[in-house]
Amino acid sequence: MVNSRTSELDHSTIKPNRKIWNQIKRDYELYLFLLPIIIIYLVFKYYPMYGIQIAFKDFSPSRGIWGSEWVGFKHFIDFFDSYNFWTIMTNTLTLSVLSLVFSFPAPIIIAIMLNQMLAKRYKKIVQTVIYAPHFISTVVLVGMLNIFLSPNSGIVNHIITLFGGDPIMFMANEGWFRPLYILSGVWQETGFSTIIYLAALAGVNPELHEAAIMDGASKWKRVMHVDIPSILPTIVILLILALGNIMGIGFEKAFLMQNDLNYATSNIIPTYVYEIGIQKAQYSFSTAIGLFNSVVNIILIITVNRIAKKLTETSLW
Amino acid sequence: MNQLLKRKSKGDIWFDIINYVMLTIVMLLVLFPLYFVLIASFSDPNLIYSGEVWFFPKGFTLDGYGRIFSDSSIWIGYANSILYAGLGTVIGVAVTVCAAYPLARKGLAGKSVIMWFLLISMFFSGGLIPTYLLIKDLHMLNTIWALVIPGAGGVFNVIIVRTFFQSTIPDEMWEAASIDGCSNTRFFWSIVLPLSKSVIAVMVLYHVVGFWNGFFDALIYLNDENKYPLQLVLRNILVQNQANSGMMIDVESYAAKMRVTELIKYGVIMVSSLPLLILYPFLQKYFVKGVMIGSIKG
Repeated sequence: MVNSRTSELDHSTIKPNRKIWNQIKRDYELYLFLLPIIIIYLVFKYYPMYGIQIAFKDFSPSRGIWGSEWVGFKHFIDFFDSYNFWTIMTNTLTLSVLSLVFSFPAPIIIAIMLNQMLAKRYKKIVQTVIYAPHFISTVVLVGMLNIFLSPNSGIVNHIITLFGGDPIMFMANEGWFRPLYILSGVWQETGFSTIIYLAALAGVNPELHEAAIMDGASKWKRVMHVDIPSILPTIVILLILALGNIMGIGFEKAFLMQNDLNYATSNIIPTYVYEIGIQKAQYSFSTAIGLFNSVVNIILIITVNRIAKKLTETSLW
Repeated sequence: MNQLLKRKSKGDIWFDIINYVMLTIVMLLVLFPLYFVLIASFSDPNLIYSGEVWFFPKGFTLDGYGRIFSDSSIWIGYANSILYAGLGTVIGVAVTVCAAYPLARKGLAGKSVIMWFLLISMFFSGGLIPTYLLIKDLHMLNTIWALVIPGAGGVFNVIIVRTFFQSTIPDEMWEAASIDGCSNTRFFWSIVLPLSKSVIAVMVLYHVVGFWNGFFDALIYLNDENKYPLQLVLRNILVQNQANSGMMIDVESYAAKMRVTELIKYGVIMVSSLPLLILYPFLQKYFVKGVMIGSIKG
């Protein structure tokens, strides 16, 4: 084993193929370590990609993936022509864009504020408390929305009636779906998202702050001219990731909040894929919609990354 | 530096005051909903209904918890969740750590190919239905395996562990070990693992939280109620308003049923979320560590 080691700097005369083969032989154990993940990925991630072809076929379980009839783009055209195509697209985009607009800046602001806090112990208490909602499940979050916003017993409507208003049917109202989705998201994830910005702020060179203080800069000025420019690269990277994920909005919360009365705004691509595929068993149609969503998402990520490269010199690759 | 920081102008004093006040308000806004659930779960449902419970429990009662604990479905859900989280964490962490080890090594032939092999799945996937059909064909529907195997070895976790290995185990150490005739496997067991307790703790926590709170896979792949994890049991109670008849045997009128259901809802939120809410402050540094390692560009 040891004697056959060829160091990487060794430009020996043996053919490169032999060299690689020797390396692989030397490191065979390392490949065994990789075996489990490779098998899992081949079976559960790559084989389903082979199954995507049913989007272009009329899938019948009895004939299997390969034996089903090719139909070309039929399912895609059906989807684009269906009466609710534009509603679903608008719902998906509106919900994710608005979520981004409201939930992206919040952790940055809170992190900067926390960073200016000098009382260590109190800072720690605030941090611990605002991380908490991250650890409750989506089911519990939606359950909390249901009980707090209940028209006759919820605390929110008690407050409204206290001030002389009429109770509002929050959860069963299409106009309230988006604000509730976004607000509950901000409540749940803002605190935990501050961690990454706090890490970036901790890396700011203290000399910059000292110099600014010597020049008589106020705290506000230091936040604006030292802190924010220093964490800009982190902000850009996370913004690229978030923008690239515009079409990748999650299924869970929308699905749990969805009911017949808010369906007009809560029907988004992932819930529709579930409804058509799992509940109505239209496998091919559902796969086509999911594939359309994936393709749009990939194009988005590449585009956003290109634009970011041009504008800020910070990019993912 | 400290001397400098102590010098404050009037503006800075105002800045601090406003900062503290605002952060305190934010903290209370986050805390209040959770606190309210806690006090409401001990209060008389009729008083909650009429809006008399605000900051302290009123008409103290353990009736809600009594009903929850007398019902078997919550316990079955609890047991299932513990089982899935336990097995899923063991498999997931093992696969992740084993994959990260070779990928952290310098000069592994085909490393970048393998990295891309893993990364592509982040941007592109078969989607819901092809995956569902595969699970069905493998006869994994309605089994624990459908929940714990397909998701094992997430790319992001692999990258976190790999980055940790690269930054804690210097190249010289790999070199020295191989010169001494230490095999790769032995090196992994006797050097790498003992040095990686903290990153393994991070991984265990991430997996446990993920399994404890996740419900999507269970919703799709399980149809036998006795296999439901806690989150699916909760969904029936919290979202679909189907409190189990076992909890409601003695309640007569529809109005009373409504109120008791409400009380049960507050109670199950507490029963299901409390383990994590009590544990995470003690483990906070690990959660933070994971985010930190992950944010270093590997």
